[in-house]
Amino acid sequence: MLSPQYTKEKQYKVLVAKLGIDGHDRGAKVIARALRDFGFDVIYTGIRQTPEQIISAALQEDVDVIGISILSGSHIYHMKKLMEGLRSLGADDIPVVIGGTIPIIDVEELRRIGIREVFLPGESLRRIADVVRELAKEKREKESYRG
Amino acid sequence: MTYLYDKRSINEIKDSLERWEKEVLPVWLDRVPERSEGFTTLSDIPVKRLYTPYDIQDFDYNKKLGFPGTHPYTRGIHATMYRARLWTMRMFSGFGGPEETNKRLKFLIEHGETGLSLAFDYPTLLGIDPDDSMAQGEVGIVGVSVPTIEDMKIMFSGINMGEVTTNMTINPPAPVLLSFYVGTAEEQGVDYSRIGGTTQNDPLKEFIAQKSYVFPPEPAVRVGMDLIEWSVKNLPKWNPISISGYHIREAGSTAVQELAFTIADGIEYVRQLISRGLDVDDFASRLSFFWDSHINFFEEIAKFRAARRMWATIMKEWFNAKKSRSMWMRFHTQTAGVSLTAQQPWNNIIRTAIEAMAAVLGGTQSLHTNSFDEPFRVPSEFAAKIALRTQQIIAYESGIADTIDPLAGSYYVEWLTDEIENRAWDYIDRIERLGGMLEAVKKGYPQREVTEASYTYQRYVEEKKKYIVGVNIFEDREIDEIRNVPLLEYNQEEIERRQKERISKIRASRNLERWERSLSELRKAAEKDINIMPYILEAAKARATLGEIMNTLKEVFGTYVEPPIY
Repeated sequence: MLSPQYTKEKQYKVLVAKLGIDGHDRGAKVIARALRDFGFDVIYTGIRQTPEQIISAALQEDVDVIGISILSGSHIYHMKKLMEGLRSLGADDIPVVIGGTIPIIDVEELRRIGIREVFLPGESLRRIADVVRELAKEKREKESYRG
Repeated sequence: MTYLYDKRSINEIKDSLERWEKEVLPVWLDRVPERSEGFTTLSDIPVKRLYTPYDIQDFDYNKKLGFPGTHPYTRGIHATMYRARLWTMRMFSGFGGPEETNKRLKFLIEHGETGLSLAFDYPTLLGIDPDDSMAQGEVGIVGVSVPTIEDMKIMFSGINMGEVTTNMTINPPAPVLLSFYVGTAEEQGVDYSRIGGTTQNDPLKEFIAQKSYVFPPEPAVRVGMDLIEWSVKNLPKWNPISISGYHIREAGSTAVQELAFTIADGIEYVRQLISRGLDVDDFASRLSFFWDSHINFFEEIAKFRAARRMWATIMKEWFNAKKSRSMWMRFHTQTAGVSLTAQQPWNNIIRTAIEAMAAVLGGTQSLHTNSFDEPFRVPSEFAAKIALRTQQIIAYESGIADTIDPLAGSYYVEWLTDEIENRAWDYIDRIERLGGMLEAVKKGYPQREVTEASYTYQRYVEEKKKYIVGVNIFEDREIDEIRNVPLLEYNQEEIERRQKERISKIRASRNLERWERSLSELRKAAEKDINIMPYILEAAKARATLGEIMNTLKEVFGTYVEPPIY
């Protein structure tokens, strides 16, 4: 079902990261694995990552998209820090998406601080992959336009 | 031998079954084909169309079931089960600071809860103080913040610790939280002999699933065993460990893996304690377990029954336990958090009710029922009350609790109980060959198995091989239903500020000499392989904070970083 659709040259790179201190890594690992099976190049950070660690991994690996997983309810606090960090380093061209235990009432706030997509519980793997692919494509197109 | 069926009856049943399959069934299948080519349980065990005595033809009643309160305890650990005393209705709760949680505990007691169960926030679970940089934005969210003995005192003000029993879901910092609890009970004038409750204190499953590990596997196990050894000698009513399958299951394992890995954890702990020179009968009766009750009704019931039988066998035959209590698998159950959906959230009330019924039919000693709003946040009072009422309806209205183990003898349930048991034994054999669970965990074996199972399941959901109402079948476009769920509201920033303020006041007002001495004595004990519990108790009383105690231990034991495998 989840067959690769892209050749190596066009392969997009995604960082899947656990921001904050919650240890619920089931979702992050499933997403990392699914994205890999959909043909992405995936880097998974493991749990308990700070914004600094995530940003440095994203820059070092030159990723196209950052996917954050948080299930502790502290998503707004942590995402604000992450987005501030990205902006201060001029790395806010990397699109950021998030998934986890996020109440629908928080989606607007997350969008406002610059999160490109919020995946709520029950989201399909295929749609996550589609959205991530679109965002990655958009980032590369902007780069080549500038470049 | 107490066979249920003689050979002649079995042969006759087999003949008539074959006749039915040949003459009756095809006509029906022709008219309306079955809904699926093959049915399986949630754990992928194939489920046949029909079970008959033929499926349990060699069933030896006394050997497999016996009677309630007798070996192998398949039918229940007590001779009277719920006819005498209902299970403990123990709602996992905690949020904000000790003040908020104290209010919630009193609310639940007032509405008929019969035991307490504390959920801690992430900083507490990891043993860091609210003013630690890693704790920022996390204080009081997924549970209550309890960084000092003073917080524990506030949380239990107006609650008699000699009368309630309290479960604490806490692992690496379990000795610290137990010390806060014992210290608070002492101040209430409660004798050690009356302090009752449970510390989860199950280090191995932290590496397999829950992932709130702090120390590397070996010192983590040592800390856990120190607590158990101290507790069995000092707190006769305390359950020093709750060997937990729950988190393994929630992380995506199958029912069989949950059962096998948890029992393998238990085997490791028993060996560790025996190697310390303890007699198995001096501690085994204090070991308790914790299971998930998922949505596949019969699979869960079979799992609970198989669990009791396996543990009794292990304790008797592997470890030569003599006392019957040493062979009892006493357990707490929680309905499956992962089965709840954010879509059409009110449906979660129904899911929880089904899962709670399975737990009761499986003979649980205590039960937590999830609230329907938990896909979003820690439950509101309103939602928690419905969850508690669900248990009360099962207990007082349904009649489910009025006869013992009513599903015994069901061809399907007995077949499935055997099947789950056999599959679990295979896993346990594999783990034994790896050198036991501590070694298996160090090699990443159960971690990989769980990761694999969770991905398989997610693919089934994606492919609609497994259905979730509201998620991949009977979906609604309407989201007002979700928007209108009344969520618990509290000011997290204010709570974080208050918790920081309290801890700095405590740091400023304590006896520095006693505080410093307690921590340096603790460090020496940790380095020398002396049981650390008495030293942690002294440090807690000397107003050392959770973070300070844990940091002292981290300096000796180091910390664990998991390789990021997916």
